[in-house]
Amino acid sequence: MTAVLTRAPVRSLEQQRGPWLTRTIALVLIAAATVAYLVFRGEPAAENTDAAAFRLFTDVRDWVDENRDTHPAFLFGMNYLRLGVRLLTESVSAALTGLGFAGLVAVAGAVSFVLAGWRYALLAVAGFLSFAVLGLWTESVATLSLTLSAVLLSVLIGVPLGVLAARVRWFGAAIRPVLDVMQILPAFAYLAPMTLLFLIGSPAAVVATLIYAVPVTIRITELGIAGVSPTAVEAAAAQGSTRWQLLVKVRLPMARPVLVLAVNQTIMMALSMVVVTALIDAPGLGENIIRALERVNVGAAFDAGLAIVIMAVVLDRVTTAASRRSPIGWRVSVPVLAAAAVVALLPIGDAVPRWSAAEPVNEITAWVELHWYDATEWLRNTVSTVLLNPLETVLTTTPWWLFTLVVVAIGFLAAGWRAALIAGAASAGIAGLGLWAHAMQTLATVLVGTALTLLIGAWAGVLCARHDRLATAVRPLLDAAQTMPSFVYLLPAVALFGASRFTAIVAAVIFAVPPVVRLVERGIRDVPSPVVEAAVSSGSTPRQLLWKVQLPLARPGLLLAANQGIVMVLGMVVVGGLVGAGALGYDVVAGFSQREDFGRGLAAGFAIVLLGILLDRLTPRKAEV
Amino acid sequence: MSDDPEATIAVDRLWKVFGPRAQRVPGSPLADLSAAELREKAGCLVALRDISFEVARNEVFVVMGLSGSGKSTLVRCLTRLVEPTSGEVRIDGEPVGAMSAKRLRDLRRHRVAMVFQHFGLLPHRRVLDNVAYGLEIQGAGRAERHRRAAEMLELVGLTGHERQLPEQLSGGMQQRVGLARALATDPEVLLFDEPFSALDPLIRRDMQAEVRRLHAEVGKTMLFITHDLAEALTLGDRIAVLRDGELVQVGTPEQLVGAPADDYVADFVRDVPRADVLTLRWIVRPPTAGEEHEDTPLPHDTVIRDAVSRVLTAGRPIPVTEDGRSIGVVDAERLLPALLGHRRQVPV
Repeated sequence: MTAVLTRAPVRSLEQQRGPWLTRTIALVLIAAATVAYLVFRGEPAAENTDAAAFRLFTDVRDWVDENRDTHPAFLFGMNYLRLGVRLLTESVSAALTGLGFAGLVAVAGAVSFVLAGWRYALLAVAGFLSFAVLGLWTESVATLSLTLSAVLLSVLIGVPLGVLAARVRWFGAAIRPVLDVMQILPAFAYLAPMTLLFLIGSPAAVVATLIYAVPVTIRITELGIAGVSPTAVEAAAAQGSTRWQLLVKVRLPMARPVLVLAVNQTIMMALSMVVVTALIDAPGLGENIIRALERVNVGAAFDAGLAIVIMAVVLDRVTTAASRRSPIGWRVSVPVLAAAAVVALLPIGDAVPRWSAAEPVNEITAWVELHWYDATEWLRNTVSTVLLNPLETVLTTTPWWLFTLVVVAIGFLAAGWRAALIAGAASAGIAGLGLWAHAMQTLATVLVGTALTLLIGAWAGVLCARHDRLATAVRPLLDAAQTMPSFVYLLPAVALFGASRFTAIVAAVIFAVPPVVRLVERGIRDVPSPVVEAAVSSGSTPRQLLWKVQLPLARPGLLLAANQGIVMVLGMVVVGGLVGAGALGYDVVAGFSQREDFGRGLAAGFAIVLLGILLDRLTPRKAEV
Repeated sequence: MSDDPEATIAVDRLWKVFGPRAQRVPGSPLADLSAAELREKAGCLVALRDISFEVARNEVFVVMGLSGSGKSTLVRCLTRLVEPTSGEVRIDGEPVGAMSAKRLRDLRRHRVAMVFQHFGLLPHRRVLDNVAYGLEIQGAGRAERHRRAAEMLELVGLTGHERQLPEQLSGGMQQRVGLARALATDPEVLLFDEPFSALDPLIRRDMQAEVRRLHAEVGKTMLFITHDLAEALTLGDRIAVLRDGELVQVGTPEQLVGAPADDYVADFVRDVPRADVLTLRWIVRPPTAGEEHEDTPLPHDTVIRDAVSRVLTAGRPIPVTEDGRSIGVVDAERLLPALLGHRRQVPV
């Protein structure tokens, strides 16, 4: 789910002038910042309810509402777009529901068989049956049809753009920073602007999902096309292929495995986003989860969560397997698909035994609450009083300009002047949006969550890198964790800790640890074996090997892990606004539900965007090459 | 260079310069700078410097050079896979540089085919469809192109492997597919870009024999790139030696070995067994007065090694004739140094 981004290496101060100078400057700056804080700290600003930015956004909304049916941009642009997307969504939905219960199960099995083989066909059939068993058939089909619509659009738009990015140098260079920013933005940030342009409902949900998923499509397609062996292309060109023939007969077929991977990743991103779009009234499983979360009814949410996970696993496994094997011939595939179509025509009822996890889960939750209350309460309070509250106090009482200066300084030391300026601008922008206190609260939660994530993730990653058996045992777990949509992670956190800021942190940690573990492990394992052998043969202890050889050499991987971790934690903390984390996430949600809060919600969405950019720029993505 | 009407490929003052504003280099004072100076001054890299040569119809012309000498760039300039910076390439008298995109495509489709070092096969297509690719993009029907491709596979000895994927074949077999693919469109000219350097020595020898056999069977003009002197000597009617983008010498294997143009070429050919390459004309001496000769002369183009037994068993020097006219005599004293020596004992 986390596309690994590589960007042009930034020469940081450290590379230019050596670590000693950097360290001195850092110490001086820390001292200066501390003094400045003590001098200038103020009262935590009371939250603004009527900032200029909110009014501006509300005015924009009012203008849009008034002109939606008159202004040409809407009459001839947005409204047609909305109509087109709705048409697509409705046809996909009609096709899926039209097949009927038995028909859809059969078609899912047949398609999986054609794409991936009979094992995956069984998996798909079992998965689809389970939707009915859980009593969530309608919701599951709704989620599936939204996902498929968004994926269809993403592929239609993303693959050509990816090809273009790989083949036309200036286009690739132009689109890269845009994709960089799009990929660090939490899903939440896309929702508010979508409702403004497309109102609430399915079309807005599909477009938001499209925007969330399409960067991945473009990126991986670009990678695939750029990775096609140049000798084969040259040989085909030497035989007189036209550019179109080169693309259709050489580049695209040779990139096929990567393109299927692009579709796979697009599906995973889309599914995770479609669930979130329940916040803007998209139908499907997300609705069940949100309704249950609002009532802190973990059991009710669990069924829907389970259905989402099953859907994610089925879609992921089938498409992953499809990328590994070549397609089977039409002689087999046509009869199989025809057989599935016949099943759709047969009058088969949807009588399946029902089963729900709601009650047992609620019982377990109640039991946990009863018996572990002291432990969970202690953990929650400790983290809150020791880490979260002091940090939040410091951040909220720091004047915005001082914070911005510190951000610029950190950015300059860690990632170069360009990153520093961008981060500083983002910081100033947050202040301008009038949500300073909330942004700082969110930031405090994110920082604590990131610290915990990195501690746990690095520790587990090192363990996995050093113990092959453990790594083998953990790998399927990590695989599964990375296919699950982010919403699902709220459930265990809520079950353990109820609704609070700390719940968001726990969910974020669970969400972000798997990729961190994976990146750390890979970073350490990628240390060239001759280097390790040389260190061992000169008598290093395992500990010395780790600290003096493996970790220093794995630095690029570790930095990437930190970057990914921080971005993912932000995404989750914001979603945590649904379960009591408050601050920006809550502002966004409130903006959807209460008309008068719209301006603030939109501003909070932008603040999240800026916070994401700020955090992303402050973590150096690639140290030395 | 004279304009030989028989020439299939004519290359005339060809330059290829990589780097910013490369086209300003040829013909300007910059062109006289050395490669290092030019890189310093203009940031340009000269891959080919003022290259001219001609390849006759049905000739096997070998371009030899070490890596980085520009030989791969040269062969790519011929069909503008790499766009030349200046100069002219003519194929059958038609300037390639002036061709429209369509005309150039037709050239590549019908008249010139290329075999690549790393084969360049399409991994997602079966062997048969790889060979048929050239016909497919010309719009040939399925049955027609498969028939032709099967014929070509038979020609290179791969019948029975049609339905396999390239990755299922060994390196040597993959290159046979590359060869069949190049032959499938029945081109006049075959370009080989170090086709066998990725192969094991034994397989390489087989493939060289294959190329010789094909040349004997189907004719065709061949331009062959290699860094392997032995390969160049085995295959080439004529050899061009390329060094740092410049042509050092163009000549027959004999001329290269017998009369290297400079120390670079001399160094190159030093370990070549002279007796296998040189003919008697390189070791004849004028008859001395009153000397008695054998009655049956040897033709001048006899390779030295083939003359060994006659010269050694003969009691007297043997006259060497060219077109019935004597050009000198040869005896054991002249012969032995050529047989033994790795040094420059052969008179130049």
